[in-house]
Amino acid sequence: MSKKVAFLQGNEAAAHGALYAGCDFFAGYPITPSTEVSEVLSAELPKIGGKFMQMEDEIAAMATILGASLAGAKVCTSTSGPGLSLKQELIGYGCIAEIPCVIYNVMRGGPSTGMPTGPSQSDVMAAKWGTHGDHPAICLTPASVQETYEEMIRAFNLAEKYRTPVMVMPDEIVAHMRERVVFPEKGEIEVVPRKSPTVPPEQYKPYDTSFGDVPPLASFGSGYKFHVTGLNKMQDGFPTTKADVVQAEEERQIRKVDANIDDIVTFEEYMLDDAEVVVVAYGSTSRSARYAVNVAREQGIKAGMFRIKTFWPFPDKQIKALASRVKGIVIPEMNLGMCSLELERCAQGKVPVLGIFRVDGEPINPDQILAKIKEVK
Amino acid sequence: MAFDYDKWIRPGKLPHIWCPGCGHGIVMKGLIRAMDTLNLKKEETAVVSGIGCASRLPGYIDCCTLHTAHGRAAAFATGVKMAKPEMNVILVGGDGDGTAIGGNHFIHACRRNINMTYIIMNNYIYGMTGGQFSPCTPTGHKASTTPYGNPDPGFDIAKLAIGAGATFVARGTAFHANQIDKLIAEAIQHKGFSVVEILDDCPTTYGRRNKYKSVIEMMNRLKDVAVPVKAAEKMTAEQLQGKVLTGVLYKDETKPEYTAEYAKVIERAQAAK
Repeated sequence: MSKKVAFLQGNEAAAHGALYAGCDFFAGYPITPSTEVSEVLSAELPKIGGKFMQMEDEIAAMATILGASLAGAKVCTSTSGPGLSLKQELIGYGCIAEIPCVIYNVMRGGPSTGMPTGPSQSDVMAAKWGTHGDHPAICLTPASVQETYEEMIRAFNLAEKYRTPVMVMPDEIVAHMRERVVFPEKGEIEVVPRKSPTVPPEQYKPYDTSFGDVPPLASFGSGYKFHVTGLNKMQDGFPTTKADVVQAEEERQIRKVDANIDDIVTFEEYMLDDAEVVVVAYGSTSRSARYAVNVAREQGIKAGMFRIKTFWPFPDKQIKALASRVKGIVIPEMNLGMCSLELERCAQGKVPVLGIFRVDGEPINPDQILAKIKEVK
Repeated sequence: MAFDYDKWIRPGKLPHIWCPGCGHGIVMKGLIRAMDTLNLKKEETAVVSGIGCASRLPGYIDCCTLHTAHGRAAAFATGVKMAKPEMNVILVGGDGDGTAIGGNHFIHACRRNINMTYIIMNNYIYGMTGGQFSPCTPTGHKASTTPYGNPDPGFDIAKLAIGAGATFVARGTAFHANQIDKLIAEAIQHKGFSVVEILDDCPTTYGRRNKYKSVIEMMNRLKDVAVPVKAAEKMTAEQLQGKVLTGVLYKDETKPEYTAEYAKVIERAQAAK
């Protein structure tokens, strides 16, 4: 049997990816350029008995999905820059209370209202540093419509597996372009269920580390009663200011991601075997980068591309390895040098990191990247 | 025989954080009696709060309890209720949490008429942070941030709730302890968004700044200003000057309830499939 194929926009694909992953509750607030996710899910969720809510504001949308997730739903919200800023308070709540959820954020120009219909990649740092305090961060940056579909499924899986908020952050170009999407059959892509408690209710503790760094999460209304707070907490969920407990719990939350980097981090290596110049790119910018690398190769330049699919946790190990064998790194990005800082950190001064930074709402074209590749001596 | 509150209190979680003379404990006991009267199942009951002294209440109650972020209780609770409409969802919090930082979520929960009960303990002040003025601090009164008297006019929480579309609105006071459980029980039984405002006291950060010599004086004030709605019907406008109505102020059983309405959305979507 041939697979179902559709011609979809990135945002529409994201909505369908969420449905494949078993999303049954969505809350959002209208914002350009991500509103299509809400529009698709408002139509599709009720068909499968799921629920869609348009809330009074971005903060409410984030709060409502966290509440629904605690009551056992698989949840998602969608937004863009200004909405991401508003949601940050409760993204932190999701991190400390360890509530699985997916935040789909389309990157548009900023700061503030910025350029609502223009593409940008300037939210990548907000994905890691936007909410206050130390916390784990997982952020995926798809580069095509098909990949947006698939990365939404992976985001739900990671959220459940590591019991933490996960962000999917396409730039506006990926979110609004239309491409062919081949839908996977049911069961073809793994869907990870939530780890539920095996102990009886009277023995249950929501942060019981005897089950490892990711303790099972019971649902409200499933026979288990427990307490959830945004305060630093003990294993039973109640607040504490005991220094050793707070330190250990905060470190465990970070460790959920840090100890599993190889399971989370994904990337694509393109013509890197003999490359002397590596273009590091993510999102739609990687499409121009691939073209530039092809042209450079035709001209006899040994160029290649390292495409970041998982922006957080950052692929430190891979970039460090590249930095010790290439002559230079080129980083095109639609911001004023965010990924560039991470690359410089990983390159440790071994090779130059040459940036192409655009925040004018225009995509970075292959010619610009090719010219920068040629600057590497 | 004295009522056994212990069966609803989580073992080992008392003493509570509230100051001597604070009325929050009286409200908590009222809530417990109401839940007990209605025979609510602990596992099927969520108690949700925001941030502040009153919002610490859920931690003491042996149910599914969710202490959220400042002002966000109504939005978190909406998610719980939508995911599990069969659960009893009860919100608790203070006046600053509910009507300032959480004001938007509050009015929209009222508008949706989602079947939850919101108990607002109105002590006219931000107690936990040390007594800053809230949207309910009376004009002219002193707070740590109104050293020359409060220039702001205050909210009438009950009117706000009615105007925003809540379908059950009641008011009681911490002095009238025996009425609290009855108001809360009636609110929980109501199918729709119900709001119970309890006029409360904060002797520590509000009373001493506003010349209340004792907790007893604060409680006596609550006793003196409260007029039951029935009694008010026989009083003149002059007699009602400076008084506050108590009891069930508003009830509308005709407005559709949100989770039931959403169930119809699902039916329509599935019929059209």
